[in-house]
Amino acid sequence: MNEQAPISRDERVKKLEGLGSSRKRVEDVRFTQGAGNYVDDIKLDGMLFGDFVRSPYGHARIKSINTEAALAVPGVLAVITAADLKPLNLHYMPTLAGDVQAVLAEEKVLFQGQEVAFVVATDRYAAADGVELVEVDYDELPVINDAFKAMDDDAPVLREDIQDKMEGAHGTRKHHNHIFNWQEGDKEGTEKALAEADVVVEEMITYHRVHPCPLETCGSVASMDPITGKLTVWGTFQAPHVVRTVAALITDIPEHKIRIISPDIGGGFGNKVGVYPGYICSIVASIVTGKPVKWVEDRIENLMATAFARDYHMTGKLSATKDGKITGLSAHVLADHGAFDACADPTKFPAGFFHIVTGSYDIPVAHVSVDGVYTNKAPGGVAYRCSFRVTEAAYLIERMIDILARKLDMDPAEIRMKNFIKKEQFPYNSALGWEYDSGDYHTALEQALKAVNYDDLRAEQTENRAAFERGETRSLMGIGVAFFTEIVGAGPVKNCDILGLGMFDSCEIRIHPTGSATVRLGTISQGQGHATTFAQIVASEIGIPAEAITLEEGDTDTAPYGLGTYGSRSTPVAGAATAMAARKIRAKAQMIAAYMLEVHEGDLEWDIDRFQVKGNPELHKTMVEIAFAAYSLAVPGLEPGLEAVSYYDPPNMTYPFGAYISVVDIDVDTGVADVRKFYALDDCGTRINPMVIEGQIHGGLTEALAIVMGQDISYDKHGNITGGSLMDFFLPTAVETPTWETDFTVTPSPHHPIGAKGVGESPNVGGVPALSNAVHDAFAHKGLTHTQMPHDHWRVWKTAQSLGLTG
Amino acid sequence: MIPGSFEYHRPPTISDAVGLLVSFGDDALILAGGHSLIPMMKLRMAVPEYLIDLQDISSLKSISVEGDQITLGAMVTQAELIASSALSEKCPILQTTSLQIADPQIRNVGTIGGNVANGDPGNDMPAVMQLLDATYTLVGPNGERDVKARDFYETAYFTERADDEILTAIKFTAPAAGHGSAYEKQKRKIGDYATAAAGVVLTMADGICTSASIGLTNVADTPLWAEASAAALVGTSVDEPAIKAAMDAAKAIADPAQDSRGPREFRIHVTGIMVQRAIQQAVKNAQ
Ligand SMILES: Cc1cc2nc3c(=O)[nH]c(=O)nc-3n(C[C@H](O)[C@H](O)[C@H](O)COP(=O)(O)OP(=O)(O)OC[C@H]3O[C@@H](n4cnc5c(N)ncnc54)[C@H](O)[C@@H]3O)c2cc1C
Repeated sequence: MNEQAPISRDERVKKLEGLGSSRKRVEDVRFTQGAGNYVDDIKLDGMLFGDFVRSPYGHARIKSINTEAALAVPGVLAVITAADLKPLNLHYMPTLAGDVQAVLAEEKVLFQGQEVAFVVATDRYAAADGVELVEVDYDELPVINDAFKAMDDDAPVLREDIQDKMEGAHGTRKHHNHIFNWQEGDKEGTEKALAEADVVVEEMITYHRVHPCPLETCGSVASMDPITGKLTVWGTFQAPHVVRTVAALITDIPEHKIRIISPDIGGGFGNKVGVYPGYICSIVASIVTGKPVKWVEDRIENLMATAFARDYHMTGKLSATKDGKITGLSAHVLADHGAFDACADPTKFPAGFFHIVTGSYDIPVAHVSVDGVYTNKAPGGVAYRCSFRVTEAAYLIERMIDILARKLDMDPAEIRMKNFIKKEQFPYNSALGWEYDSGDYHTALEQALKAVNYDDLRAEQTENRAAFERGETRSLMGIGVAFFTEIVGAGPVKNCDILGLGMFDSCEIRIHPTGSATVRLGTISQGQGHATTFAQIVASEIGIPAEAITLEEGDTDTAPYGLGTYGSRSTPVAGAATAMAARKIRAKAQMIAAYMLEVHEGDLEWDIDRFQVKGNPELHKTMVEIAFAAYSLAVPGLEPGLEAVSYYDPPNMTYPFGAYISVVDIDVDTGVADVRKFYALDDCGTRINPMVIEGQIHGGLTEALAIVMGQDISYDKHGNITGGSLMDFFLPTAVETPTWETDFTVTPSPHHPIGAKGVGESPNVGGVPALSNAVHDAFAHKGLTHTQMPHDHWRVWKTAQSLGLTG
Repeated sequence: MIPGSFEYHRPPTISDAVGLLVSFGDDALILAGGHSLIPMMKLRMAVPEYLIDLQDISSLKSISVEGDQITLGAMVTQAELIASSALSEKCPILQTTSLQIADPQIRNVGTIGGNVANGDPGNDMPAVMQLLDATYTLVGPNGERDVKARDFYETAYFTERADDEILTAIKFTAPAAGHGSAYEKQKRKIGDYATAAAGVVLTMADGICTSASIGLTNVADTPLWAEASAAALVGTSVDEPAIKAAMDAAKAIADPAQDSRGPREFRIHVTGIMVQRAIQQAVKNAQ
């Protein structure tokens, strides 16, 4: 029974709202009406609240903890300290990086804001009153707030718990505050290249400590059912299945008795990958009290105690011929990991994918070495909207190449063109061991230069500089060029794992008899719009409209096992699993259609939303018809039903790239750097939903702006955090955000089933160097080589002053 | 970010409010728009046991412009200041400055009385009140008294107001018709307090400055009336040397602390730049 009024092929494609459609986000119906369901919206009968007593000091010995007054507050039921957790062996928890982290401080506190005691009460207010009254007696100890001093001979021992354990998770530690040394590449070859080069530039480039600062802070609600013995935890988890496995390993509760649910998440950006003491304490408190226990941190707690990002001090050396062909790169990084190594990277990569540092360039030989150290700062080291340590790497190479261009008196665009990996070199094996899947860098940069009228901008800048010299303006124009290559989609199980769990991902598709579908994934959206875009993949693959497809994620009782959402991995890995599961469905559908049409399977071809007989399209069965048949017809040799599951182990990472150009005007009298123009060309392979991509670019660029122009989590010499509230921590509003111009090229990934690469994090990776390079470029003619971020007003003014421009 | 517990009162008249203040003593605080006080309570930097909300006292909500005499009730919101056409005609600096306070949501609730009574050197209105030579009316158990804005601020969060007094009104004479004014504020983002800010009111006659007044925000532990800075302009054509002298005089009294907006040296420098720009803008606005 075919439809009466046949509609055109174009209309059939349109109706699906599949790949390439800027379909509106289905999530927004609830988000724009205040009907989202976040952790703090979860309210259970008899639910208790927990709140932390935190360390006011950066480094101190705990002499005593007196909980008497707190326990006397009406409504306060318990105050949990390390002494209570120790018998359960829960006073420390494993980190993703192979270290341990104190759940509650036992003998010492190691950073300001560290969790010391957990007050459990019948409501939030009583808990907060209890926190005020817990008396902790401290002896202050000397603080290390500067990573460069962490390995001094006389540096205080920070981690007494592992003082004698010189074999770390990543090899031998060379000092009591050393965590690891990790190297990649050809050291000797690189030294030789540097020694023999016409020119070498060297610079120490710091990518300062920042924080992802998601709009929703971290939190959890734990509920241990005393009858069934089943533990349910709702939480702000970017990787719910990993949390379940970790919870099983540390509590001895078997995994089938643990249910982890990530409800709506209000932004993650890496901040919600790690496991936090609050999660553990809410679980313990629920087990102890037999009641559900909620913990939700406030903004200041989120900024001061949960995972930071960056804090990399990178010394780069780049060598080249005198006409600008790069011959070698070496990089040494001093990585400040804070008090515990809670860095969220694939386990075998303690510096993440920092060795993407050769960037978009054909650099024959390179070497990197990273030393991680402990300091009296909060732990973390997450990928804040970038794949693991990729924004650090991109910042280093993109600054270094500008510095080289300046030294050789070459244009920053020209030197990039000269050194790009050429289109025909892909798949390209980098000097540091990556296989870049696809790229066409020259085309992308040419398109970008043309779009912004680059030559005109440079001419305008020349005129601006002359006018400045004549005293006609106090504003200097800077043009920032950056070209980045991201590495996303961790990753192949052979080398990517988290605590031994391979970084595959999964999708399960159930087609219902009337032709709609439920799709479940091992990932979890935190604003990315998975429910919109993954439905589009399925729609294109199996020909039922996206609106007939519901997507579910984040509940470990129902979703297939997956490694979660971060590092732009959802589309490269779970998106691939989705396409593969859909293809299994289609393969079975083809058998059913063949039976229905009484032809041989091989006589059928797929066309948008149906199987049709080759050469006779009138004879066809739509996917909707086939779905019903799957549940109603007895097809010989076939099981009833239409479902499929795929676990996808990606053969390689994907390598999105982009060309970004920005223009800033700097008021040398106030240090205000105004972003006049920002153009972003992204190539993320096949584009699933252009509108969602554009939204991702806008968000990521805004975060890049925030990082470059002001975000800064720093510590004073007493270990006090500065910038730990939104009064100081720069979260731009629409007013501070310039207009973002977006553009694209499409170079599909050859190994991904639909050719897609990740995109969510590209704008942070490319945006930071594009903006920072623009600020540097404004002063380049005055001899500025490098100055550290953030480029906030006073630092920019300082730069102008040091160059004698403030008069 | 959870305040301690408190008792909430909403008296209908000024005398009821004063009565409550007297009976609760220093455990009570006045609540106006709450946009300075409630954040402090959430941080437990303020822990009042009693809150006395003024919002039901309608006599505190009027803007009166009679001739060149302007009276602002303490509970007039910052948004209402911006919306008043009578004020924009007589004294536009109130609006230019209000628009530099926080964002529209906060200005819809935050009051002029709260802004000037708060005593935070970051508040923008006190310096403007000083440069306009405004008078604050305080009502307490012993009746009413007037204090000059220029005499009101002692140090950060400490003012001439006694704990049992309510600031009920702000009075001042509008600057002469044809005056020019400007308020220049450097901040890191919307909702930020000033790195440094300067307000200027001046009159020009035949190209010569005949009167001037200058106030500075957030460059000391109180707002500053920059008397010498303004004096440097009077009698001049407001040319470069005069402006330079005004900048130097303002910088000489600026005494900011280092904070995350920058070191002291930078904030003093910006004080000069804000004074310069405010003067230039005020001259443009003058007739
Ligand atoms: C994010 C944010 C950004 C801000 N940015 C700025 C800014 O850029 N510039 C700026 O000037 N302000 C800023 N503010 C503060 C804002 O203007 C407040 O509204 C104002 O400081 C206080 O007014 P209020 O009516 O809210 O007073 P409240 O917060 O209610 O009171 C403030 C203090 O004054 C006392 N008080 C209030 N009214 C009276 C009265 N009539 N008599 C005696 N005492 C009284 C209270 O007891 C309290 O101690 C900002 C606030 C926020 C939250």
